[in-house]
Amino acid sequence: MRKRVIVDYSDRKWVPFWMRAKETRLNRSKAGNGLLFGLMFICGIFMALPLVMVVNNALKPLDELFQYPPKIFVRNPTMENFTDLFVLMSDTWVPFSRYIINTIIITLGGMVGHVLCASLAAYPLAKHRFPGRDLLFNMVILSMMFSWTVTQIPQYLIISLMGINNTYLALILPAWSFGMGLYLMKQFMEQLPDSLMESAKIDGAGEFSIFWRIVMPNVKPAWLTLAIFQFQYMWGNTGGTFLRDEELKPLQFALQQIVQGGAARAGAGAAVTFVIAAVPITFFLVAQSNIMETMTTSGMKE
Amino acid sequence: MANKRKKVSGDAITIAKMQSTLRYQIRKNRVSYVMLAPYFILFFLFTVLPVLTSIFFSFTDFNVLEMPEFVGWKNYIKLLLEDDIFLVSLKNTLLFAVITGPISYMLCLLFAWIINEFKGKLRAFLTLIFYAPSISGNAYVVWNLILTGDRYGYLNGLLLKYEIINEAILWMRTEKYILPVLMIVQLWLSLGTGFLAFIAGLQTIDNTLYEAAAIDGVKNRWQELWFVTLPAMKPQLMFGAVMQITQSFAVADISINLAGNPSVNYAGATVVTHLLDYGGTRFEMGYASAIATILFLLMVGTNKIVQKALRRVGE
Repeated sequence: MRKRVIVDYSDRKWVPFWMRAKETRLNRSKAGNGLLFGLMFICGIFMALPLVMVVNNALKPLDELFQYPPKIFVRNPTMENFTDLFVLMSDTWVPFSRYIINTIIITLGGMVGHVLCASLAAYPLAKHRFPGRDLLFNMVILSMMFSWTVTQIPQYLIISLMGINNTYLALILPAWSFGMGLYLMKQFMEQLPDSLMESAKIDGAGEFSIFWRIVMPNVKPAWLTLAIFQFQYMWGNTGGTFLRDEELKPLQFALQQIVQGGAARAGAGAAVTFVIAAVPITFFLVAQSNIMETMTTSGMKE
Repeated sequence: MANKRKKVSGDAITIAKMQSTLRYQIRKNRVSYVMLAPYFILFFLFTVLPVLTSIFFSFTDFNVLEMPEFVGWKNYIKLLLEDDIFLVSLKNTLLFAVITGPISYMLCLLFAWIINEFKGKLRAFLTLIFYAPSISGNAYVVWNLILTGDRYGYLNGLLLKYEIINEAILWMRTEKYILPVLMIVQLWLSLGTGFLAFIAGLQTIDNTLYEAAAIDGVKNRWQELWFVTLPAMKPQLMFGAVMQITQSFAVADISINLAGNPSVNYAGATVVTHLLDYGGTRFEMGYASAIATILFLLMVGTNKIVQKALRRVGE
């Protein structure tokens, strides 16, 4: 835990009001604060502006979307674009609810399987000593050092050979073995005190019941984080080359089709972009404190 | 542990005996292996095996329909000596890696460091503002509106209004603008997991370290950053480096969606767009695998070098 440093503020009127808490850091100069917070402000605007535009465009009536000169902020906000989107949704070849169900199956399948597989493998890697342990973990770290594009082609062939091409499993199974999830989970589990498991062992509990009844409840922030990261990934997946049947495609695919409709669908397209961005951001917002707690253990030890 | 045991006992025991202890170790820990099995079977199937097959295919001619035919180094020779577009895309990818990689790494660190000065709700809000672009899916298509080539584009509109330019610029159709603009968009997108790791890492640094440093004569925040903060968050620095490097080598989607594939005179081509071109469009899998193998070596090689360098921070 962070210890509080009580500082006398009488000579530090420059401390901005939001920092005049009971604790503060030492050695902060006025010029430094001004420089850094100014920089932060400018960069913050740069970071936020495109997403502010996404929100505003989603609320703009059609004439404002094509207005000259272009304005960032909406003047007469309307839900028209969203109603347009619903009309387009009700008019698809495959019923739109089908896309939503597909997304739920793929996302939940990928999420639950990944959290279970990664946690189950992370526990012995973090807490047991056995031959091959370092080798396996180093391979996982190595896998984080290249992107999935590298393995795309053989992965497609392997999925075809397994006969799961054009099924939900083609997206779900590879997602179970992502490296980052295992890595974060193992790092988080490592900080659990050994005594926790030893006392259960003395009571005669098997490894699986220790894992399920003692380890998992204690690493809740980590598996929530894994679930959110996995959700973000699965949410963005359009099914690509793996799903050919229209009835199997996820929501993301259907939404992208609408955006590609060009100028005639600019309004609905703006609503789509908003939905695509808003969902993962909302999930992050809800789980932020858990995610930050997990990331404190993300460091790479030598 | 097993290795250590081998070293400790050294020549005292025979190889046969060592094997029996290894076998004993494995039998003793069989529950651990059972727990590892589901994850690692899939990991071998979808990560290890694909890397190995990709290396194998890179020495063949393979179009998916017929059996692969062994051709030796032909694909690599063609790539490096005859394929001008590959060299352009390699140059672009290296530029992304050398410019946006380190800059985004520094920005992650800088913003995390400043955010760490804030508290509570404001801190959570700032974290969200900087992190949101990286998880907003393909919301970066909004940059298409900003960069529209006529006067309806936001950027052109702004520059015209203040008379910085006289006529609208075709941002994504003019060779010299494509790469710099893509780099800026990539920077916008790049404050991801590494950034979160930095913020979290800064929070864990024990405040007594700062107090001790202040007593030892650390005068300002810059000295504090260099002598206390950075060495204390070395593990996070290494994790963040892996994230940012891998990301900067893999740039493709933004190039395809903003500049098109192929882009004007291949100004926005990267190794990955080239890979997608041969693997996804032309079905020359042997050749595409050679590209993938080179990309793999580049990513892993750079990561290894940077890890080695970062180990020396604060030494």
